[in-house]
Amino acid sequence: MNPRKALLILVPYLWLLALFLVPFLIVLKISLSDVALSIPPYTPTLDLSAGWAGFRDFLSELDFENYVFLSEDSLYWKSYLSSLKIALISTFLTLLVGYPVAYGMANAPDEWRPTLMMLVILPFWTSFLIRVYAWMGILSNEGFLNQFLLWTGLISEPLTILNTNTAVYIGIVYTYLPFMILPIYATLEKLDASLLEAAEDLGCTRAGAFWLVTLPLSRPGMIAGCFLVFIPALGEFVIPSLLGGSDTLMIGKVLWEEFFSNRDWPVASAVAVVLLAILIVPIILFQRQQQRQQEAEQ
Amino acid sequence: MSDPAPTSRPDVFAPWNDPNQRPLIQFQNVTKRFGDFTAIDDLTVDIYAREFFALLGPSGCGKTTLMRMLAGFETPTEGYILLDGQDIGPVPPNKRAVNMMFQSYALFPHLTVAENIAFGLKRDNLPKDQIAARVDEMLRLVQLQKFAARKPHQISGGQRQRVALARSLAKAPKLLLLDEPLGALDKKLRTDTQFELMEIQEKTGTTFVIVTHDQEEAMTVASRVAVMDHGKMIQVDTPDRIYETPKSVYVADFIGDVNLVEGVATSHQKDGKVQIHWAEGKEPIIGTPMQPIADGTRCTFAIRPEKVHISKEHPEGKTNIMQGKIIDIAYLGNLSTYHVQIPTGEIFKAQSANTRRIERRKFTWEDNVWLWWSETAGVVLTE
Repeated sequence: MNPRKALLILVPYLWLLALFLVPFLIVLKISLSDVALSIPPYTPTLDLSAGWAGFRDFLSELDFENYVFLSEDSLYWKSYLSSLKIALISTFLTLLVGYPVAYGMANAPDEWRPTLMMLVILPFWTSFLIRVYAWMGILSNEGFLNQFLLWTGLISEPLTILNTNTAVYIGIVYTYLPFMILPIYATLEKLDASLLEAAEDLGCTRAGAFWLVTLPLSRPGMIAGCFLVFIPALGEFVIPSLLGGSDTLMIGKVLWEEFFSNRDWPVASAVAVVLLAILIVPIILFQRQQQRQQEAEQ
Repeated sequence: MSDPAPTSRPDVFAPWNDPNQRPLIQFQNVTKRFGDFTAIDDLTVDIYAREFFALLGPSGCGKTTLMRMLAGFETPTEGYILLDGQDIGPVPPNKRAVNMMFQSYALFPHLTVAENIAFGLKRDNLPKDQIAARVDEMLRLVQLQKFAARKPHQISGGQRQRVALARSLAKAPKLLLLDEPLGALDKKLRTDTQFELMEIQEKTGTTFVIVTHDQEEAMTVASRVAVMDHGKMIQVDTPDRIYETPKSVYVADFIGDVNLVEGVATSHQKDGKVQIHWAEGKEPIIGTPMQPIADGTRCTFAIRPEKVHISKEHPEGKTNIMQGKIIDIAYLGNLSTYHVQIPTGEIFKAQSANTRRIERRKFTWEDNVWLWWSETAGVVLTE
């Protein structure tokens, strides 16, 4: 490898080292420490002035206590499971909503497409937090949705949606919808229209051609979209804490409470490390799938 | 046909000359408009079973629209298209006994070669063993047995073309449409594939309609060629007649290379020949029109370069002799085309076979040469 190439590769590696690996190692270290009434609220801390012996002392004080604790208290694994469930269901719901939108966009007249694309991206121009607050206004007992439904006479009692899992699903689907639409749209837009004509020519109905050609060929987009929704949804914190109720169990919320309510940084760090370990699985699968896709396109 | 009928041998395939033959496809006054644009303009033509019918024309001439109407992707604005005597206008593409081979091949990238070929058969809900047998037969026809399990992106362009052909033939359609089927292949492969196409067409007995802008391809494969322009068929004829006896200047000019000379005809000779006065103070060109034409008719004399003889010495006892200077030579390997300028400035093209090696060639630039052609070599066109 020539020096110029090496230099070029060094930049992203340094970036990742400084902004990802070092913070991760710090969190990992905290997760192996013990909680303490001090600043920072854990012990031991590394004292470089003590030299090699100090470093050895420091290492000997680290242990896996917090991880053992996580496995003993059912709250944690229940939260992980519940997060997985909520992330899976909301990913599926996002796919159900996102696919028809992407399909409609890909089949819209050329001159409409930039506008439709704009509408999908538009929500990103406002703060995420404000948009979630807006949903509180829509979903609450006196909110717009209930007022509207009462006005139409469909219901006589206001529905309790806010502070339930339903509100969390609505929030996640709403927030992550663009991440589902865009990759699906990208695959549908690339789809050669003559493939559908060929399918019809060979005896397919329109619906048959969709089922046998469009759907399988947009699978890479669906998979990419699902990962892009599932991965952040698993660790989601803002949506469950603002829209969810007391029975909404998500690991992101538990993590936040450990850090800020309990001030138990070591346990919180252990929760974070385990979450990361869980997330590595779908991330690797996603990367593999992307790679396969690229190879297939060559 | 008003032209002198070619000596008809019984084994020559020419159902269009047989009044007892019923055409497989009939276009009856078909017009197709897209908004203000008329893609097909009041077109009537018959295509017969087992024909290899070529639609030839520049882009935008309507040939693709015509084909898409046959496939069912477009419906005529006016007129009828009959297949086997039945109006197929209201029949959707998936219910027609017509299959199409797409220009881009349109192979399903997520299916293997065998699955691609089986695609149409499966839609007919045939039993599995029948499908397998038919797929096998098709693979054998296009010699792709070894590649049955490959995906389209794992085979070469030529092989993809053959898969597309096999897929469109698998359902044994009454009519196969080929949209620029060889456009994506390189020249050598294209020539080979042309012959393969003809062989397959003969073997399966399917009627082929091919769309192409490559005249050589149309001439090679087709039993009849339709030259199209602006939504109309200018001439429908066998390749040799299209080339040798074009009915209009457009066709003469579109197909192959040609010398065109405009002039006024006088037909004072008894044997039907005419003199074409084409320039002041020039010997008139003597030509043989296919139909008698009146004195003083404006006409165009068209002659193919290979029918113009070129020689260093004055040809004795020949007609239509001209002298000129070679200003350009296009060397094509087997042939050379000489651009000869006569003293009044007009340029004639003459072509001769390079039967000798280049260093022994008779003519070179700036040489003074004589051109001549026989009285029946060219055609006299009034359209």
